[in-house]
Formats: sequence, C-alpha cells, structure tokens
Amino acid sequence: MKAAQAMVKCLEQEGIKVVFGYPGAAICPFYDALSESGIRHILVRHEQNAGHAANGYARITNRPAVCIATSGPGATNLITAIATAYMDSVPMVVITGQVSSDQIGRDVFQEADITGAAEPFVKHSYLVKDASAIPRIFKEAFYLAGTGRKGPVLIDVPVDIQNVDIDFNYPKSIEMRAYKPSSKGNNLQVKRAAEAVALAKKPVICAGGGVFSADACNEVLELATKADIPVVTTMMGISCIPGSHPLNMGMIGMHGVKSANLAVNKCDLIVLIGARVGDRAVRSPSFLEENAKIIHIDIDPAEIGKNVKVDIPIVGDAKLILNQILEIIPKLEHREWINELLALKNAPAFEKRADGVVNPKLFVSKLAERMPDDTICVADVGQNQIWTCNFFCMRGGRFLTSGGMGTMGYSIPCAVGAKLASPETPVVAICGDGSFQMQMMELATICQHDIPLKIVIMANNRLGMVHELQKNLYKGNTTAVFLDGSPDFIKLAGAYGIECERVSSEDEIDGAIERLVSAKGPYLVECRVSPDEKTL
Amino acid sequence: MKHTISILVENHAGVLSRISGLFSRRGFNIDSLAVGVTDDPSVSRVTLVADGDDYMVEQLEKQLNKLVDVIKVRTIPQEELISRELLLAKINAPAEKRSEIMTIAEITGAKVVDITTSTITLEISDRTEKLANFEALIKPYGIKEMVRTGTIALQRGADAIKK
Repeated sequence: MKAAQAMVKCLEQEGIKVVFGYPGAAICPFYDALSESGIRHILVRHEQNAGHAANGYARITNRPAVCIATSGPGATNLITAIATAYMDSVPMVVITGQVSSDQIGRDVFQEADITGAAEPFVKHSYLVKDASAIPRIFKEAFYLAGTGRKGPVLIDVPVDIQNVDIDFNYPKSIEMRAYKPSSKGNNLQVKRAAEAVALAKKPVICAGGGVFSADACNEVLELATKADIPVVTTMMGISCIPGSHPLNMGMIGMHGVKSANLAVNKCDLIVLIGARVGDRAVRSPSFLEENAKIIHIDIDPAEIGKNVKVDIPIVGDAKLILNQILEIIPKLEHREWINELLALKNAPAFEKRADGVVNPKLFVSKLAERMPDDTICVADVGQNQIWTCNFFCMRGGRFLTSGGMGTMGYSIPCAVGAKLASPETPVVAICGDGSFQMQMMELATICQHDIPLKIVIMANNRLGMVHELQKNLYKGNTTAVFLDGSPDFIKLAGAYGIECERVSSEDEIDGAIERLVSAKGPYLVECRVSPDEKTL
Repeated sequence: MKHTISILVENHAGVLSRISGLFSRRGFNIDSLAVGVTDDPSVSRVTLVADGDDYMVEQLEKQLNKLVDVIKVRTIPQEELISRELLLAKINAPAEKRSEIMTIAEITGAKVVDITTSTITLEISDRTEKLANFEALIKPYGIKEMVRTGTIALQRGADAIKK
C-alpha cells in the first residue's frame, strides 16, 4: 500500500478516532488516504488550534492525540501549540507534511525545517527519509508520547515519501535501547518517605499536573485521607481532588490562595507529586528547603533537584509510588494542623459591583455551582484564568488550562478537543476579550462540527493582567493594552448562528447561567467586567 | 571546575544538533565537543568538556539522558581520566629557525607532518594542558594556522561504559 495509507493504518492501530488538522499540498496524499478511513477529521481554522484541540483531547483521554498540518507555514503555525503541550507534558503526535525529499534544503515553496524549529519543544522528532520505516516510526512516536514524562512527538513526512508503496506490518513491540521510562519507585526511598510522613507534625501534599498524567487522582485522595494530610495544588493540579473537599486548601503560588500558601510556608514536610516547583508556584524554593523536609515524586529524574533541593527523591510513576506508600503508611491524624489551615479558608465574599459590570469572581463561582459535577472547565490565560482557578469550585470533572506556557487563545480549541474526547460531558471555556480574539475563528469549527461548547468571555476592553501590571510596576504607564476596535461579541456570535447574551448587571447572572447550562447547542455569554477589576 | 562527560548516542542524523541545542537552551557552557563512531557502527561516542559546578553537571547529565537518542551518559572522575586532544599547527620556519623548531618538536613529542621552504606543520596529541604548553613554545615563531580536535577521553581501569 501507499505510505500515506500506511500512516492512516498506523493511526487506526493506535485506536485514534478523531484527528485535528488543516491540509495543504505537502500533506495531501495523507488526507487522501484519511478520507477513506473511519477516522473523524476536525478542520480547524488555524493550525495552532489543531494543536490545542489535540492537547485538550489528549488531556481528557490521557493518551496521545493527533494533529496534522502541511509543510512550511502550516507546520510553523503549530509550533506554539507544540510548545504549549511540551510545557504541560501533554502527549501528542504531530504529523506534518514536508516538501519532496529531493527538494529539501533548497528553500522551495512552503519549505520549513520544522524538525529543527520545533526541536526545543518536542520530546522527540522524526524526519522520515525511508517510507518503509513509517510503521516503526509511528509505533515509536505513540510510545514515546504516551509513556514516561509525556509530551509531543513530531513526525515530518516529505510528500514524495507519502506516495511510495510499502509493505505494511505494524510492529508489535518496540526496540529502543536508549529509552527506558521508570515505573515503580525504589522501595527504600518509598520506605523513607512513609517514615518521614509518619513523623511529620505539619505535612502537606502538593499535587501538580503529573497526578493526571499518572492517573493518580484517587491515590492522592487516598493518601490525604488515610494520613490526614491537607492538599494544595499547583495550577496544573487543580481538580485532582474536588475543590470542595475539606482537605483541599486550594491553589498555591503567586496567584494562589492564602490557605494554600500558608500551608506551604508553615509545613514541616511537603510531598510534591508530579509538580516541578515552577517559579509561579513556589517563589522562593530556598525558604521551603530550609523549613521543611521535601519528598519529591516525579517520573522525570531531571525535575528532581532542578528547582528545589530534595530530601527524599522518588523517581517513577506517581500512581505506583503512591500505592507503594499507601501499603505501608499507618493511619495518621493531623487535626490541629488542618483546622489551623481551614480557619484561613473563608467562604468567599463577593463585593457588589455597580450596574454595567459584574463581579467576575461571583460569576464563575455561580457558574461552577450550576454546572454539573463532572464539568470540564477550560480557563484561558490572564485575569480570567486566575478568577477561574480560585473561584470555579471543581466538584469532580476536570480543570484545564495552559499552565506552563501561558498560551493565550488556548481555551476554546482545547475545549473543542475535550468535548470530542468526552462528548457526554459538559465543557465550558472561560476566556478574556483579549484571548477570545486570538481564537474566535474557531467559532466556525464549533458550528461546522456541531460541538456544543459553552463559552464565557470576561470583557473589560483591556488586556487586564498586563494593564494591572503596568499600573503597579510601570508607574501607571498603561500602554498597548486597550482593546478598542473589538467587535460586538454578541453580533459576532450571532453571525455564526451561536446563541448568546450579554451580562452587564449582577441580577442578570442567574438567568444567563441557566440559559447557558440548559442550551442544547453552543452558547456564548459575554460578561462585562470593570477595567479596574483586580486579579486577586 | 572542568568536567569530562562521555555520551554514547545512536548514530543517527540529527543527534548532534539535539545535543548541541540542549547546551544553549539550558545555558550550559561547553569548552569542547568531539564526536566519532565507536567499534559498534550504530553507536557514536561524544566526549564533552564543560565548565561548571556540581549542580550544572547533574542537570547536564539528566537532561542529556532525557534525549531519546542518548544511550548512556557518564562523567569521568578527574583522577581516572585518560584524555587526549590532537593539534595540527603550521608554523613559520625559515631555514635558520628550523632546527630550533625541530628540537621543540622532539622534546614535546610532536611529529613533523609537512615541510616547505618557509613552514613546518607539526602534529601533536596530548592532554589539553600539555597542548597549551606546546602552543606557548611555538608561538614566538609565528603560527600561520592551527586546529584542535577537542578532547576525547576514556576512564582508567578495566571498567567500560556499557550500551
């Protein structure tokens, strides 16, 4: 069969049902073959969003998802999405077309060295030179993307290679001598960790995005419950245990909440699970090093000791390691410590806003209350993200955002992917009027493929977070943050035939949320927000 | 402090660019880098010399290990290091200076690989510090051209890095 057909066959062998992409000349043989398969192709309106949609799909299924673009600008448009997935360790297989192999290096039409350009942001990449290697390469790519520390893998296939006839044999096993992801934790280290936890007076668990990659949410909750330990999360760890759970002290970091940050500052032991101690999560790792014993569980040995010095490192799969710990740890109690933190976890009080605007924190809080328990909530980047992190109380379901890269324009395409991965689950994307305008072309994708997303735009006619930063740190020199010229979002949604409404006073909130939740199809709500609304 | 690190890698196209990209991306300072195929043609061996503290070396090793094409990484302890570097130098050598240069060559263990009416080209293979000394000795005669390979190294003893 043709190599292009073999590529499609590989995807079928990997159980791929949906792919996201944007065609072009150099990937046409593949598209030709794809059209004859049962795989559903979602045509996005910009390649970057094919990447973000695959990202959302992968995070919900916890398996590698696929996005496709053509050579040159198609491929380079994917780079931000690849980098976004890389920073958040999201498993993706990225397929790009490339110019004919005899033309490579001659700067021909739509040629770009995408394996070179994406090199810093991929777990691994392939430029296919021999068509017969395609089955092996695809097998390896899916294996690499979805094991160990997950991440994007790029396969760049020249157009002539796609047309070569090959024998198709999908390999059953993988032979990669240089790649051996770790799984179980070292028993001695596990024992040391369990002993340290048993001795601690004020322990805390800090759960990061790695908990989802390892499918270890239940284990985190089990450990927290059995050993009576409060849990804080990084932004990437939100929703690993319900926000409403009495042991959940909330999100840590620069934009985190008091109960969580004080838990980290006052603890005598911290169990980091799949969290890399990023600068936005832990401002001064040295303070933590001096004041607490640190246990660090991570699948990537390079993360251990990178940002914080660790007392007990355990390399491996968090699910397996937590089960190892659970086997030997006794039932513990830390009531006094937990009560100390709970006292800081006040029920939020929402200041009333004048007519014309609403308090966005109140809105997301009410939205969370009304949405079903299993809701997938995707926050974009900026003030809307922090409001959502801290006030959209997840009772189950899944919270998604671009945590590492902070990529604006992530929420809607990610929500598209998430919805297709779990069609029965309600999905809401919350963005700002800045980030919305980076992705509003995807409204067409939603319409074309009947994807009933709920979208909330927090509109303050500003790039709110930068505006706030300029006010506070640049002597009030607010510049280049005003979004004058923005369209009427209601008319815009209307032009796509998407039901929508504007909320500009707090007594309209309940009705709008009711209509958004009960709408059968996509629904968009624009929330008018004061330009002076603070992030925290 | 200088560290000598040996890396066994898959002998594929693009491996070197992945490795060198890592250095600049993660802010590692590399003094020298030498690559060549090993007795197993599917494996290349990279020897790199880097300057930095223990934290840097640990990070460098770990980040290298994450590359899918990297089979094995080992930092060779300084006291067990056997290292060599090859240097070729074309030196101004008018007739009256030739014997002086030949004496230097003899003492330092350099070989004459080419000679013309006005130049001598010498070849020397030794440790980096010895080469610095050699360079200082020939400099006064005028070096027309010089090239060095970068350090290659093995560890003393019977132990070997396994694939």
